[in-house]
Amino acid sequence: MNTEQLNILKEKAKKNRLLALEGIFLAKSGHPGGSFSIAELVTYLYNCEMKVSPADPQMQNRDRLVLSKGHAAPALYAALAQKGFFPEEELKSLRKIGSFLQGHPDSKKTPGIDMSTGSLGQGLSTACGMAFDNQDNFNVYCIVGDGELQEGQIWEAVMLANHFNLSNLYVFVDYNKVQLSGPVDEISLPGDIAKKFETFGWFATEIDGHNFEEIEAALTACKAENRPSVIVCNTVKGKGVSFMEGNPKWHGNAPNAEQYEAAVKEILAAE
Amino acid sequence: MADIATREAYGKALVELGKEHKFYVLSADLADSVKVDYFKKAFPERYIECGIAEANMMGVAAGIASTGVPAVASSYAMFTAGRAYEQIRNSIAYPNLHVVIGASHSGVSVGEDGATHQCCEDIALMRVIPGMTVISPCDAIEATQATKAALLEAKGPVYLRLSRPTSPAVNREDYKFELGKGVVLADGKDVTIVATGLMVAKAMQAREILLAKGIDAAVINIHTIKPIDSELLTTYAKKTGNIVTVEEHSTIGGLGSAVAEVLCENAPCKLTRVGVDDKFGVSGPSNDVLAYFGLTAEGIAEKVEKAVK
Repeated sequence: MNTEQLNILKEKAKKNRLLALEGIFLAKSGHPGGSFSIAELVTYLYNCEMKVSPADPQMQNRDRLVLSKGHAAPALYAALAQKGFFPEEELKSLRKIGSFLQGHPDSKKTPGIDMSTGSLGQGLSTACGMAFDNQDNFNVYCIVGDGELQEGQIWEAVMLANHFNLSNLYVFVDYNKVQLSGPVDEISLPGDIAKKFETFGWFATEIDGHNFEEIEAALTACKAENRPSVIVCNTVKGKGVSFMEGNPKWHGNAPNAEQYEAAVKEILAAE
Repeated sequence: MADIATREAYGKALVELGKEHKFYVLSADLADSVKVDYFKKAFPERYIECGIAEANMMGVAAGIASTGVPAVASSYAMFTAGRAYEQIRNSIAYPNLHVVIGASHSGVSVGEDGATHQCCEDIALMRVIPGMTVISPCDAIEATQATKAALLEAKGPVYLRLSRPTSPAVNREDYKFELGKGVVLADGKDVTIVATGLMVAKAMQAREILLAKGIDAAVINIHTIKPIDSELLTTYAKKTGNIVTVEEHSTIGGLGSAVAEVLCENAPCKLTRVGVDDKFGVSGPSNDVLAYFGLTAEGIAEKVEKAVK
C-alpha cells in the first residue's frame, strides 16, 4: 500500500464516519460508537478486499459480509453507498418509515446486504453456512463485537468452523472494549480473545483495527493459512470524536445539534 | 404403505429428493432419531453434523440457504421451535430464507423421555412467525409428500412437524397432498372433527364410535396449519354448526386457536378444543401418555358427544 492509496482510504474512512453520523443525527437514534470503531475495517473490505458488484448486488460468486454486530449498520450502509450500491443521499433516510435502511441490516431491503442481522450472536453461524458450499470460490467475512462474544452461539459456530475447516471464513472481532452498559472487562472478562480462538483451532492474529496497513497484512497472513481465521481488531469505540471515545453513553445514542456540529468538526480535522 | 412413523417417511423422502435436487441436511446429534441418517449415508457430502448446538445449526442453515441452496435442519420439536426459536425467527424467517425445519418428536407421544422432550407449544411458536409455513402430516404417505412439497413447492421457511411413534395409515397410496388444502376424510352432518398429525387417525376411529351412538361426524385433516384452509373450515362450520379440534399440542395457540381465529371472523359456531390442556407432559409409554391426556379415540369421542349434546 503506497502513501497515495493510504490517503485515499483515510479520506474514505473519514467520509464513512461523516455519513454514518449524519444518518444517526437525522434519525435521532442509532449507534455511533460501534459504527466508528469499524469505519476503517468496512472501508478496507469494500475498497481493497471484497469481490462485489454494485451493479449486480446478488452476483452469485460475490464475497459475502455478515455484520454480526448489526447495530453498526450506519458504517456498513455508508460503505455500501460509498461503493455505489445506492446513492449517498439515501443514507439520510436511515431508520425512517419507508426506508430501505432499517435500524439493523435487512438483506431483503438493502442492496449489498448479504444477511439480516441485529440480534447478537447469530451472524457468525450464518457466515459459517455461507462458507460451507463454496463451489463458487468466494470468501465470507464476518464482523462480531467484543461484547457479542458473551453469546454462547458464537462459540458453537467457532467449533463448527474449525471442525469443517471453513478456510474461506474471515472473522473480525471489533475489540473496542466497551458495550452498552459499560466496559466489556467489567461485565464479562473477555480474556485473551485471540488465544481463545486459537484453542479452538483457528488461526488468530491481533492488530490495530484503525490501521489500514495492519488490516492488509493480517488478511495476507490469514490467507496463508488453510483454516478459519480471526483478526482481533483493537479499536476505540466512538473513534474520531473525542467526547464519544470509550464512553458507553455513545453506544446507542444520537448526538443533538450542538454535539453533531462538534463531532463533524473533529472528524473533518482528523489527520 | 405400512404403518410407519412420519419421521421415518420424512427421512426416506429426503433421500429420494436428494437424488434429483441439491440441498443440505443438517442435524444436531440426532440423525438416527430424526431419521436423517439415511440421507447422511446416501449423501455424506451434503450432510452437516452440527453437534449439540441447535441455535448454531439454524444459523448455518440460514447461511447455506442465503447462497441459493435449500437447507433442511432437523432435530426434535423441542430443540428446534423451542431452543432455537429466535434463530429461526431472526436468521431464517426475517430474511425469508428457504429452510425446512424437520421437527420430529412433537407432542406428548414422545413417551418415556417425559416433559422436557415433549413439545406441545411448537405450532403456536411457529405459526406466529411471519411467512412461516407450518405442516403437520398425519401418516407416512402424507409425510412423504409433505416433505417434497416443503422442499420444492413452499417458499421461505417451513416447519414440518413430525412424530416419533408409528402412525396408522389414514390415506390411500393414491392420495395427493396439496399444500394449504384441508382434506375431508369423512363427511357428516352433526359435528365436524378437525384434526392434525397423529390425531387424525384417532379422530377417524372416534367417528366410528360416534356413529354407533347415532352421531354423524365429519372428519377434516388439517395438515397445513399455516396457511390454514379458511374456506373449508368456514364451509363445515356453516354446514354442521359445531366444530371439535383435536391436536397433540397445547389447546393454547395451536390448531384449536388457528381454527377459532377463522371461525370467529367467518362463521362463528360452537367450538371445542381437544388437546393438552395447559400442562406439561409426563413420562410413560407413548399410548399411555396419550391416554393420560385423553388423546385416544374414546377420549375424543367422549368430548365430541358432549359437544353435540
